[in-house]
Amino acid sequence: MENAISVSGLVKNFGPTRALDGLDLTVATGEVHGFLGPNGAGKTTTIRVLLGLLRADSGQATLLGGDPWRDAVTLHKRLAYVPGDVTLWPNLSGGEVIDLLGRLRGGLDPKRRKDLLKRFDLDPRKKGRAYSKGNRQKVGLIAALASNVELLLLDEPTSGLDPLMEEEFRQVIAEEARNGRTVLLSSHILSEVEALCDRVSIIRLGRTVETGTLAQLRHLTRTSISAELASPPNGLAELPGVHDVHIQDHQVNLQVDSTQLDAVLRQLSASGVRSLVSQPPTLEELFLRHYETPETAGANQK
Amino acid sequence: MNSFTGTGALIRLILRRDRVLLPIWILFMGLLPLSLASGTAALYPTDAGRQGYIDGLAANPMLVMFYGPKPLEPSLGALVFWRSATGIVILAIITLLMVIRHTRVEEEAGRRELLGSAVVGRNAGLAAAVLAASGASVAVGILVALGMMSQDTPAAGSVAMGLAWASAGIIFAAIGAIAAQLSEGAGAARGIGLGIIGVSFAVRGAADMTDTGWLNWLSPLGWSHHVFAYTLDRWWIFGLVAVASLAFTYLAISLSARRDVGAGLLPPRLGRAVASPGFSTPLALAWRLHRGNMWGWTIGLGLVGGALFGGVADSTTKLLADNEQLKEIMARLGGDSVAADMFLAGTMGIGAIAVAAYGISAALKMRLEEASLRSEPVLATSVSRMSWASSHLVFAFLGPLVVMAATGLSAGLVYGASTGAVFDDLPRVLGGALVQLPAIWVLTALTVAAFGLVPRLAPGIGWGALAACLMLGQVGALLGLSQTVLDLSPFTHTPRVPGGEMAWTPMIVLTAIAIVLMAAGLSAFRRRDIPVT
Repeated sequence: MENAISVSGLVKNFGPTRALDGLDLTVATGEVHGFLGPNGAGKTTTIRVLLGLLRADSGQATLLGGDPWRDAVTLHKRLAYVPGDVTLWPNLSGGEVIDLLGRLRGGLDPKRRKDLLKRFDLDPRKKGRAYSKGNRQKVGLIAALASNVELLLLDEPTSGLDPLMEEEFRQVIAEEARNGRTVLLSSHILSEVEALCDRVSIIRLGRTVETGTLAQLRHLTRTSISAELASPPNGLAELPGVHDVHIQDHQVNLQVDSTQLDAVLRQLSASGVRSLVSQPPTLEELFLRHYETPETAGANQK
Repeated sequence: MNSFTGTGALIRLILRRDRVLLPIWILFMGLLPLSLASGTAALYPTDAGRQGYIDGLAANPMLVMFYGPKPLEPSLGALVFWRSATGIVILAIITLLMVIRHTRVEEEAGRRELLGSAVVGRNAGLAAAVLAASGASVAVGILVALGMMSQDTPAAGSVAMGLAWASAGIIFAAIGAIAAQLSEGAGAARGIGLGIIGVSFAVRGAADMTDTGWLNWLSPLGWSHHVFAYTLDRWWIFGLVAVASLAFTYLAISLSARRDVGAGLLPPRLGRAVASPGFSTPLALAWRLHRGNMWGWTIGLGLVGGALFGGVADSTTKLLADNEQLKEIMARLGGDSVAADMFLAGTMGIGAIAVAAYGISAALKMRLEEASLRSEPVLATSVSRMSWASSHLVFAFLGPLVVMAATGLSAGLVYGASTGAVFDDLPRVLGGALVQLPAIWVLTALTVAAFGLVPRLAPGIGWGALAACLMLGQVGALLGLSQTVLDLSPFTHTPRVPGGEMAWTPMIVLTAIAIVLMAAGLSAFRRRDIPVT
């Protein structure tokens, strides 16, 4: 089995709202896959379909070689899920929830449980209603991470964690990846995705708009260049693939498609380069290109 | 900015959020006495007829406990004021729950923090909830008064009756505000609040049953009854109500000032660090979620209530000894124990409606788990939808069995002890309790069906059906409804035992209906999306 998750053409409607509109997603076994998209893009809906909680209207989904709807109960022994907003039973302690969810999944590693409690600095004796948002999230994370499963489905799992715990989370996930577990990580925190993920898929309005390694995605986008020249530049704006040119005396700021970088550099050196700063696109810029469209205003499903 | 800034805006928010529910119950509660009055006027047009009717009912101490002190005159208004008293309790329950819903539930959900960060005073939320619930009570009161006037009853009495109704709503809105301050969980706050209503009801009932005047003033529910609309019209009681509501609201506000947002006055306790070894199945989880309620009902209604019913049952026979006319009728019907039997059968019928409320709430626990997204992580483990649902249904269906069995046992033992024939009476009384189960199961199963098919409407359908059965059973005959309509309530069909004929057919049919409804709900639940929020 090569792909842990393989989804194609997934469609899901909630009444008149189309939550998934032909979504594709492939997660190879053993990789950490970033699942990115603005609020309401369909990330949670996709994960719920993969969990067999929602039934897709059309399209194919395969999870660990099985059908997520039909084989839900057996597949769930091999995966663990952390929702973006962990809600706990007000009268159960955190420790009880961790044990219960672990046992319902088929058992959990007591050594790992103890270790994780320490690393995440969680008091397992508190009752559900007494935990803060971040601590509820830790309960969900520990319950999932202390189980010996092949696949982790994490839906914005770090919302509410403080930076220290966020760092701890990254280390734990990196360890999981080294141990060969597959992780689908839906996230909003770009640095987290950059640090952890082998490949990412960006979705918008229920559709996959980009997928690939970060290097591949960067290649598709623009590099920003800021240069100080010996003489005023000319002809830069006319070059193909050049955008947002700002020239002030000898100072030039522009954006260029990665494929056209060579031509721009030649044109710049013709004017004599005194200083040059070139920046690869950040993941943020990559995102904003997909996020900042007027259509996103129409989506409101989470 | 003072601590009440924003109260007006928050009242508008409450009205907006309750824009469907609020008008429905205001109209329903407000028009109830009117429909009762027109029905009574048609059935008992004369004072003499009404007096006979009153005497018949008041001979049963249990009904005096239920409806309050019997009217001093047989006028239409006085009779309806007495007979519709159950409505006062229902209104009190509604406003109490409404205040908790808009205070503690909001706080538990974290929405109060969101509002608290805006230009909203510290006490605005509490004040808005109490004022909105009080306003709704006044609206009910106005409808009650207008409705009664339209039936040609005296205007002053009608106004007094409207005010008596509104008073109960207002005072229990303020009590709800106090309950909301005490615990962190909305569930516990509701428990405390409903407990206070229960105690008020029991104190008022005991006072009226034993005719102990002073005891009545300890129960805010008693105040409304003792207005004696259409006869005494005691206006000064409303002054007492106003003072008490203001005092209770002030107490709630000062309790609220002593605690943090989200916290309760009663401190939370620490739990186990590691789950006990057996805590590893959906059923074990369901047991933890349901056991508090089940013990509460078993002890509260089953053991305590049952003992009370059993104890009172014998005194109905003794009471009859004083009334030659009734004694004669009873003797013709089948002997001394007839009165006690009728009392016990009737009481079990009323108790069954309460237990149906428990069954419905246990079934709705599934909906609560789903809507709060707590079912999701469990269903994402290797637990099938069927085993998750069945673990809750064990309590929704067997819980009422436990409670009814406890009621029957406790009532049977106490009654048997007073007659000296435990071995004869215990099985008869226990049987009287258990025959109610199929009807309870029908309502529970209807809720399960709604949960599977139309999950968002499940609470409305479950509670609506219960309210309809309550109305059909309590006032249906008086409203002159046809037998076909009365037959809609499963409780119409349960055999009246002890005392009456045992009938197996309705028991089997009702159980079959319950099974079909439950199967329909489960099969829909297996196929549908989770969660539907």
